[in-house]
Amino acid sequence: MYTFTNKLRNFSIILMIVGFLGLTYGFLTVPDTLEEATTMVADAHHGEANGASNHYSHGQGHQDANLAHTEGHGVDEHGKHLLHQLQNKPWAALYVAAFFFMMIALGTLAFYAINRAAQAGWSPALFRVMEGITAYLLPGSLIVFVILLLSGMHFNHLFIWMDSEVVAHDKLIQGKTAFLNTPFFLARALFYIAGWVTYRYFSRKFSLAQDQASDVSNHKKNFRISAAFLVFYIITESMMSWDWVMSIDPHWFSTLFGWYVFASMFVSGITTIALITIFLKSKGYLEKVNDSHIHDLGKFMFGISIFWTYLWFSQFMLIWYSNIPEEVTYFITRIEDYNLPFFGMLVMNFIFPLLILMNSDYKRLNYFIVMAGIVILLGHYIDVFNMIMPSAVGDQWFIGLAEIGGFLFFFGLFIFVVFKEISKAPLHAAGDPYMGESERFHY
Amino acid sequence: MNSNQVIHAMYNDDDVLLSAVKSIREKKYHIEEVYTPFPVHGLDKALGLADTRISIMAFIYGCIGFSVAILMMNYIMIEDWPQNIGGKPSFSYLENMPAFVPIMFELTVFFAAHLMVITFYLRSKLWPFKEAENPNPFTTDDKFLIEIELHNNEKELNLLLKETGAIDIKTTEKKGDHE
Repeated sequence: MYTFTNKLRNFSIILMIVGFLGLTYGFLTVPDTLEEATTMVADAHHGEANGASNHYSHGQGHQDANLAHTEGHGVDEHGKHLLHQLQNKPWAALYVAAFFFMMIALGTLAFYAINRAAQAGWSPALFRVMEGITAYLLPGSLIVFVILLLSGMHFNHLFIWMDSEVVAHDKLIQGKTAFLNTPFFLARALFYIAGWVTYRYFSRKFSLAQDQASDVSNHKKNFRISAAFLVFYIITESMMSWDWVMSIDPHWFSTLFGWYVFASMFVSGITTIALITIFLKSKGYLEKVNDSHIHDLGKFMFGISIFWTYLWFSQFMLIWYSNIPEEVTYFITRIEDYNLPFFGMLVMNFIFPLLILMNSDYKRLNYFIVMAGIVILLGHYIDVFNMIMPSAVGDQWFIGLAEIGGFLFFFGLFIFVVFKEISKAPLHAAGDPYMGESERFHY
Repeated sequence: MNSNQVIHAMYNDDDVLLSAVKSIREKKYHIEEVYTPFPVHGLDKALGLADTRISIMAFIYGCIGFSVAILMMNYIMIEDWPQNIGGKPSFSYLENMPAFVPIMFELTVFFAAHLMVITFYLRSKLWPFKEAENPNPFTTDDKFLIEIELHNNEKELNLLLKETGAIDIKTTEKKGDHE
């Protein structure tokens, strides 16, 4: 049985405090008036080039519905828009980090359910690690829900379709109000979260009950609810990605967006399983886990990284090729204003894991898995950043105190919740009928 | 003197074969060859064979395919007859690169796969109409066969092979070594 050491607990609490301070700083330095906003930007950019780049991104038009009605209004609209972007910035930083860590737990839950439903023989030795990670799903998704609720109550402008003033001037959003309206949006969010968390609760319960059981009835129940959950999951995950991520850009849509977000959360979840497994193993726990298990996780990291790239490219190439203004603005803002994170993410999520994890022997070396894993996780944080920031703050992005603070805060919370849960049950799921196969697993 | 003599031990299960190979090698006998109807997982390690180098070749072949795709598309679409790609007549390979990614991918896979197969054939000395080398046609059906060279130790070997669960043991002259 693992004990949550004081050292790790203090580390996670320090991360949370530092992160909280960073976020607080971000919220306190938000400009309240137009003048403050313009001077902030002028100071940061020393006045030059700023106007030009802003006008350029405005020329892209529909990226942000706030922009859609700039023409014809006063010059002040420009400043007002800038003010909105700067006010959104700490909120977006908070939201990106909250979503990213929630996504890790959700991706792990999907991986866990797939192993349960497939009755996989290799993975039972890792089930307790996965169950530990999915414990973060409840707090993580509730935090995301609270942020969505606060957006619905107009504390921020992350979701511009929530602003009736914007919708009144926007034909495209008006056509979507049957789906995109605040009460239905929040009800859907609660529905998704309730479904995921309920599955997680029962699966964990049956998994623990199986440890002492004399028959395999708990295992069978777990198999059945896992299969049912996967159906529920792939539908709600897809809708969740439209709601929580794609609707930030209410004019733009992509039909494979759900899959794209899924690939991102799946690879992040698997990478986190590998990192926590290696961490626990280095502390002398998980004695049944051998390097073949790590090898398999490495294969998944490698394969799903390529799967992610495939979906990213499928989305990108069609839009780039057809060059339809409504669609292509999405990538033009990202290439113009987010050049480094946009292409950097491709290197971190594709080229780096491709070259590092290609060799079979490297996937058995903890050192390589940890190195590739850290880069993959940071790469997918940037992926979420690229999904949310361009529509929320436009070209005013910056990885500053608020962004790092948000990341550290949720990182600390994640460590705290996950390792607390891991310490609650034996790390060896002794009663699992496939445990013997998992122990003998070798390649 | 009778080094052309070999002993053939037949097995009917791959797990039995695997443990037989292990115990034969423990007794320091040299296994000439093992004939199986399908690839047996872990047999290469049990036989102590050197790791295959085909994966390194696969990487090199893939790189060749990747480069051929780039050079080919650059020549066809940009240099020889410049094409207007998706309304972007930039006539630059780099700016039109996304359109060529599927071709780059396919040719990487094509080169890696085909050249790997050809390499495998060359290394295993296989060509069309080649006469089969396996000593017993059952090894193409459901039996496994271990071939061990004899050096005046027929009796001990027979005993050992029986212990390991061989269903049939016989001593023969090795074909093809006479000329």
